[in-house]
Amino acid sequence: MTPLLLRSIAMVFFAGIVGSFGAVFLKLGAMRLNSSVLSFANSRLILGVGLYLGSTVIYVTALKGGPLSVLYPMVSLGYVWTLLWSKLFFKEALTPYKFAGLGLILVGVFLVGLGSA
Amino acid sequence: VSAISTDPVSPSDAAAARRRSTIVVAVCTLLGAIAQILFKLAVRHLVLTPAGLLTNVPLIAGCAFYGLFTIAMVLALREGELSMLYPIIALTYVWVTLGTYWVLKETPNAYKNLGIVTIVIGVAILGRGGRK
Repeated sequence: MTPLLLRSIAMVFFAGIVGSFGAVFLKLGAMRLNSSVLSFANSRLILGVGLYLGSTVIYVTALKGGPLSVLYPMVSLGYVWTLLWSKLFFKEALTPYKFAGLGLILVGVFLVGLGSA
Repeated sequence: VSAISTDPVSPSDAAAARRRSTIVVAVCTLLGAIAQILFKLAVRHLVLTPAGLLTNVPLIAGCAFYGLFTIAMVLALREGELSMLYPIIALTYVWVTLGTYWVLKETPNAYKNLGIVTIVIGVAILGRGGRK
């Protein structure tokens, strides 16, 4: 694995963390929506959209340094954070299914990493 | 933007809504995959100046597909059942990988393929975890 590819993988990983916080704020913002269109102009929703966009910019920039067949699967690492924040901030249960799914995702990402060597 | 309905829906309405969101999400996975391929084409000759960005056709097309994908996905996810939709969403990984082989001419290998299949199953199982 070349240093350039490693750097790109690290950037995709970081984009995943930023994006997962985006999802948290989108959820917080969505919880405040009501029948008025004006309710879309709430700070949480706007911050969520901003983080989501920022995450996308980091991700697209990272694509320059490696094959998409390796970097795109790394996006699935974002699920790790999403599940963690769901548990911490929204008290959503971490079920055996979620653990099993997460484990398989990690194995899959590892395999794709091997495939890039 | 329509108001979020809180009215109770009849079972047949609910089934129709589920079918609709399943189809929308399936189409979304294709839009999302096309956006990914366009993004990769775009960064091949990325020029970080306003003019460079605005004349980068794959970048603009990629953003359009990605925006459409995101909005349609959010709307579909609002009415569908997530545990049913996750396995479909996971298909995006398959489309993107096939696109990297066919369009971008990246090298396929058994590790990548096995990894993608494992991730798809993982995402599908993860979705079931949200079921009550």
